[in-house]
Amino acid sequence: MKNLVILGAGTAGTMMANHLVSKLPKKEWEITIVDQYKTHYYQPGFLFLPFDIYNENQVKKEGKKFIPKGVNYIQKKIDRIISDENKISLEDETLDYDILIIATGSKIAPDEVEGMQGKNWQKSVFDFYTYEGALALRNKLREWEGGKLVVHITEMPIKCPVAPLEFAFLADSYFKKKGMRDKVEITYVTPLSGAFTKEKCSKSLGYLLKEKNVNLEIDFAIERVDNENSKIIDYADKEVDFDLLVTVPTNMGDEVIGRSGLGDDLNFVPTHHNTLQSLAHENIFVIGDATNVPASKAGSVAHFQAETLTDNILLYVEGKPLKEEFDGHANCFIETGENKALLIDFNYEYEPVEGTFPFAGIGPLKLLKESVFNHWGKLAFRWIYWNMLIKGIPIPFVSRNMSTKGKKLN
Amino acid sequence: MKKVIAQTEINVNEEGYLTDFAQWTKEIGTEIATDYNIEMTDRHWEVVKWIQEKVNEGAALSIRGIKKSGVIDIKSFYALFPGGPLKVSTKIAGVPKPKSCI
Repeated sequence: MKNLVILGAGTAGTMMANHLVSKLPKKEWEITIVDQYKTHYYQPGFLFLPFDIYNENQVKKEGKKFIPKGVNYIQKKIDRIISDENKISLEDETLDYDILIIATGSKIAPDEVEGMQGKNWQKSVFDFYTYEGALALRNKLREWEGGKLVVHITEMPIKCPVAPLEFAFLADSYFKKKGMRDKVEITYVTPLSGAFTKEKCSKSLGYLLKEKNVNLEIDFAIERVDNENSKIIDYADKEVDFDLLVTVPTNMGDEVIGRSGLGDDLNFVPTHHNTLQSLAHENIFVIGDATNVPASKAGSVAHFQAETLTDNILLYVEGKPLKEEFDGHANCFIETGENKALLIDFNYEYEPVEGTFPFAGIGPLKLLKESVFNHWGKLAFRWIYWNMLIKGIPIPFVSRNMSTKGKKLN
Repeated sequence: MKKVIAQTEINVNEEGYLTDFAQWTKEIGTEIATDYNIEMTDRHWEVVKWIQEKVNEGAALSIRGIKKSGVIDIKSFYALFPGGPLKVSTKIAGVPKPKSCI
């Protein structure tokens, strides 16, 4: 028997287990998936949790339900990947692998910035990239009486790069609905040179910040959080005051990647952009947020990657050359508040443009334009996630590679 | 769009960033720097070279990442490239400025 081991049972790892269980010959291959945590979170829901749009039960389920029969599920902490020996050491046992799939994701590292995880953490300084953070923020917002709300990105890359902007837009709607918008000043602080950094997005969407009355502070490279005076301070000594700071801390790959010597400065694994094979070891493949590929860190990306990676694992097993197929395709809904959303569809080569999706000229979804239909799409996606996406069931009409049809490319 | 810099016709985007790194030369970098009143020194070139290598590896650039790398301390980085050191240094280096997905 040969062993294929998947590390991480999040979105990407769970999808790979579901794809491979029916494709790898059962008599020759044993599939094992390792994840220390019992709960599978619907991470896109963390955006809605703070605003009481979703409740706790809508964003979590028991992970075991999504691991298919025939896959060995180990709930233990991973100590180290010993890539020279094709072994994984877990807390109290060692696994051998012939093929390894790393799907350990990315997570926030607030301790990378001085003072961020200080005495005001989850009191006036919050994240919403964790379940606990989003929940603590919801409880704070329920009773907050207003003041300066600062929505902040520490540095790129981050998981779901549009989420902080969506947060600012949803906050505008939330406070309007509560009849206290006049008591809240919203400022969006980014290390980049604008809220929108791509030409066409910036032209199509530039109006949004003004419409939502969101102030913008750009080129802000945070040095520290000053907890005494409730401000964030950047390396050029710029300061932004806050009463409530909602920050996206530095995002990093899992510590196990660092401990195993397989990552870059941020513990992301150097990965071939188109085959998803690791650059250092030919029997190690990487998927989802754990890679260093310059695609968005998002569930849709993991979904498209999973289709290519499944084919490539089978090709690798047969000793055939891998397909250089993955094109960086991402497809994301962006909430803009007031029950509207945008949809963007892009890849390594093409930036998001206007058009229709998935059918050229028809839609029904509109690209890079606000619509109520897109918002329903985003809400419907939660069902698709739990019932189709992580089970590896193809989503009709949405192909792994980006289509240029129906897009205004020039 | 096309633009002539240092007597060479090169392709740039609307903000003046090179769209094809193969067209980059030190002379082009020097001339872009003058738009920001920067006179290039060995220290500037060291940082520019490091940025080019990082981008070539596909790594994401951030101010904090530069601090961690040890190539230059942050205060000196701001002093060398005033007014948004990452967006200025990447333009001089002929590589794209750090972007998000939209």
